[in-house]
Amino acid sequence: MSNYPNNLQYTKEHEWIRVEGNTGIVGITAFAIEQLGDVVHLDLPKAGSKFKAGESFGTIESTKTVSDLYMPVAGTVAEVNSALTSAPEDIANDPHGKNWLVKVTLEGTPANLMTADQYTKYIADAANH
Amino acid sequence: MVSQNLKRTPLNAEHRKLGARMVDFGGWDMPVQYSGVIDEHKVVRSSVGLFDVSHMGELMVSGRGANDFLQRMTTNDVTKIAIGQAQYSALCKEDGCVIDDIIVYRRGIDSFLVCVNASNTEKDEQWLRAHLPASGVILENQSEAYAQIAVQGPKARELVQQVVDINIANLKYYWFSEGKVLGQPSIIARTGYTGELGFELYVPADASPRIWSALVEAVAKLGGKPCGLGARDTLRLEMGYLLYGNDMDEGINALECGLGWVTKFTKGEFVGSKALALQKERGLGKQMVGIQMLDKAIARHGYKIFSHAEGGRELGWVTSGTVAPSLNLNVGMAYLPPEFSSIGQEIFVEIRGERKLARVCKKPFYTNGTAQL
Repeated sequence: MSNYPNNLQYTKEHEWIRVEGNTGIVGITAFAIEQLGDVVHLDLPKAGSKFKAGESFGTIESTKTVSDLYMPVAGTVAEVNSALTSAPEDIANDPHGKNWLVKVTLEGTPANLMTADQYTKYIADAANH
Repeated sequence: MVSQNLKRTPLNAEHRKLGARMVDFGGWDMPVQYSGVIDEHKVVRSSVGLFDVSHMGELMVSGRGANDFLQRMTTNDVTKIAIGQAQYSALCKEDGCVIDDIIVYRRGIDSFLVCVNASNTEKDEQWLRAHLPASGVILENQSEAYAQIAVQGPKARELVQQVVDINIANLKYYWFSEGKVLGQPSIIARTGYTGELGFELYVPADASPRIWSALVEAVAKLGGKPCGLGARDTLRLEMGYLLYGNDMDEGINALECGLGWVTKFTKGEFVGSKALALQKERGLGKQMVGIQMLDKAIARHGYKIFSHAEGGRELGWVTSGTVAPSLNLNVGMAYLPPEFSSIGQEIFVEIRGERKLARVCKKPFYTNGTAQL
């Protein structure tokens, strides 16, 4: 079981966001990566792309499946983690830290997200279904 | 997650004990991976892996007339296989479309094991039963009596020799022998779906957990491990092997999906032969090709293929696609019109609204397999 950092907020679709001023750093959780298996491809948006909260901003692919990535909050992509797109398999190493996906300039306040404790309980429930 | 409705192989509890990730695979609760798809894939290419493929169906066809019956029902020529030999083949409808791709094992002059795809077992049984001659031929569905364990990889022979009572040193590719696996009467076949040297062991279902456990213990000593169906899929795709339900179905005829090499018109009439002969004469509307992605993207089942980056013609569709872990390439299989099927032909795969460049290429993608060594 991974530790879910307290300074991140989490979505039901297993993204996380860390807010620093008016920038949001977005990634996906260790739980999501474990469920996916080997990550072999990432499709991320270009800097400047604008997204609403809950909108799909890209995809993550394992050997078997393609999953959408959902924006936790409205914003414009300021930076893409290009180191990760060229070596997507690395995401499993530090998914809550250096292997973030995109940085966005916030255009709203994060709402309806989970704390680390809430998310930990959420995935424990999901695993027991 | 355990669904009540999923079917289970006799090895289900073993997979759970070993911590495999289980998924619904065509109605079966099957291990998709143990350590990871890419890791398991590489273990099979370099060492040896174990697969539970007990979901596959086993139909026994025997009795006077069994040979003639299968000669009429299958596309390949069963008279070409000797006792102890196996043959890849297909069942077709009258229109030449594929009911299933199968392996026929000749156990006697009029005695055969037909190994069929898990999800097609009942359909195939019904199809064959509906065509049985009035007397003589007996068809038995023994799928529940058998478990099937595939041992695949360059070290497979070394591993299998440890658990069988026959000498398998000279068992050739697509031959089999009836012997004992840890004392249990079994069929030991030099067949597989990975492109590597390998065996498929048809063992009694009730003894299979003990056999599996012994193999799991022995495989570790050779640097191998149990593997899931995820790796089985990437391994077969690197070899360009077809997967029923993905690459072919009842809407596509045997020639279009690349089963021409196991369709033998010279043997005389068989179910589907008239339609297939006519199709051959008229030319195929589409054919199965290998593709390699040139843009950074993965083609997946169902993605459409176009002739140009913008506009142009819709040519066909992708049937299977993934990363090829042995090659570090993204490969797939697709249906294209013959005029777009030449090796090197550039095409565009539409992936979430964007067209990505790909190229028609030769199958198999992976050519260093040990299957026939």
